[in-house]
Amino acid sequence: MKDWPLWEVFIRSKNGLEHRHCGSLHAADAQMALENARDVYTRRSEGVSIWVVPSAMITASQPEESAELFDPAADKAYRHPTFYVLPDELKHM
Amino acid sequence: MSEMEIKSLEERFNQRIANDEKIEAKDWMPEKYRKTHIRQISQHAHSEIVGMLPEGNWITRCPTLRRKVALLAKVQDEGGHGLYLYSAAETLGISREELIEQLLSGEAKYSSIFNYPALTWADMGAIGWLVDGAAIMNQVALINTSYGPYSRAMIRICKEESFHQRQGYEIMMALMNGTQDQRDMAQDALNRWWWPSLMMFGPRDAESPNTEQSMRWKLKRKTNDELRQAFVDQTVPQAELIGLRIPDDKLKWNEDRKHYDFGDIDWEEFWQVVNGHGPCNKQRLEARRKAHEEGAWVRDAAMAYAEKQSNKPLRVAV
Ligand SMILES: [Fe+2]
Ligand SMILES: [Fe+2]
Repeated sequence: MKDWPLWEVFIRSKNGLEHRHCGSLHAADAQMALENARDVYTRRSEGVSIWVVPSAMITASQPEESAELFDPAADKAYRHPTFYVLPDELKHM
Repeated sequence: MSEMEIKSLEERFNQRIANDEKIEAKDWMPEKYRKTHIRQISQHAHSEIVGMLPEGNWITRCPTLRRKVALLAKVQDEGGHGLYLYSAAETLGISREELIEQLLSGEAKYSSIFNYPALTWADMGAIGWLVDGAAIMNQVALINTSYGPYSRAMIRICKEESFHQRQGYEIMMALMNGTQDQRDMAQDALNRWWWPSLMMFGPRDAESPNTEQSMRWKLKRKTNDELRQAFVDQTVPQAELIGLRIPDDKLKWNEDRKHYDFGDIDWEEFWQVVNGHGPCNKQRLEARRKAHEEGAWVRDAAMAYAEKQSNKPLRVAV
């Protein structure tokens, strides 16, 4: 017997919040993945909406490459408000 | 990779754990870390799954509907715990199929406690109170473990466990408020489950050679003996509160240590059960194998159906 495909499960805990990854499960198809996700991850009303995505469809960045990948953001202090020196008398900016 | 490179990777890895950073699935990790985690997480998963058997057996015989919905929900939770943990183990590169195969072939271990029989209704009380109580003690200590997927599974599990212990204690309490026969039944269940529960924390520290490594990886935050002591200290007053007697003549509060002293565990029995000679080892594995074999046609049918449907468009999420 081969394993059923793996699915990643994302749950929106209430309207106004984003769907968040909460785990994975095996299911034969998308409908079963949704139903299993309900049983496995929302037994105590943890969600109002579920996404299931075949794990194989996710493209992930590689940890070994994260230094280069995220390097461009490291030396750009001018993207942050504290980079700009303003007088103390100026409140609320 | 040269030996030098691996060494420096390993040093950096250990440093990350020492700094309380989490390790995620795709991060580099020493082979031993991977193997040890696959073993521990899968043993934990198997324990949740096999743990459904002694209680599942009582669902149809609950004394009231209230007890029945509670026990049903608890057993369902344990199934869920098994699933979270299998998924966490799979992130380390082992398949579900292999994991199940290891359980069914008898190659993998699971918690020995589930190789004891649940003989009376009071056992449902004792299991929830003591076995889940001991499991919570172990699991809370693992919330801060270094492997991210394991730690996240622990957070979910711990949230769900607390009702398990409370419903068990409530069963014991109801029996202790009942007739003499009911009180005897509760005491008998405690007598049978007390020592196996203490064994759940594993061998004494002196006989637990992997403790040091596991502590470094935060796969253990407290030693077996520390957890066992904490469990005894916590449980004795709970027993006294409802008039149950802990079956240990040597049990005594030690004012100097500020802990209970307690009697010797029968380690002979512990190793017997671990090595497959407990009262129910055979029966438990047979039940799992039977369920797996008898469910095969359902798994196959679901796959065949999915293939047939795969041409139809899916509902789009956003
Ligand atoms: Fe559990
Ligand atoms: Fe539990």
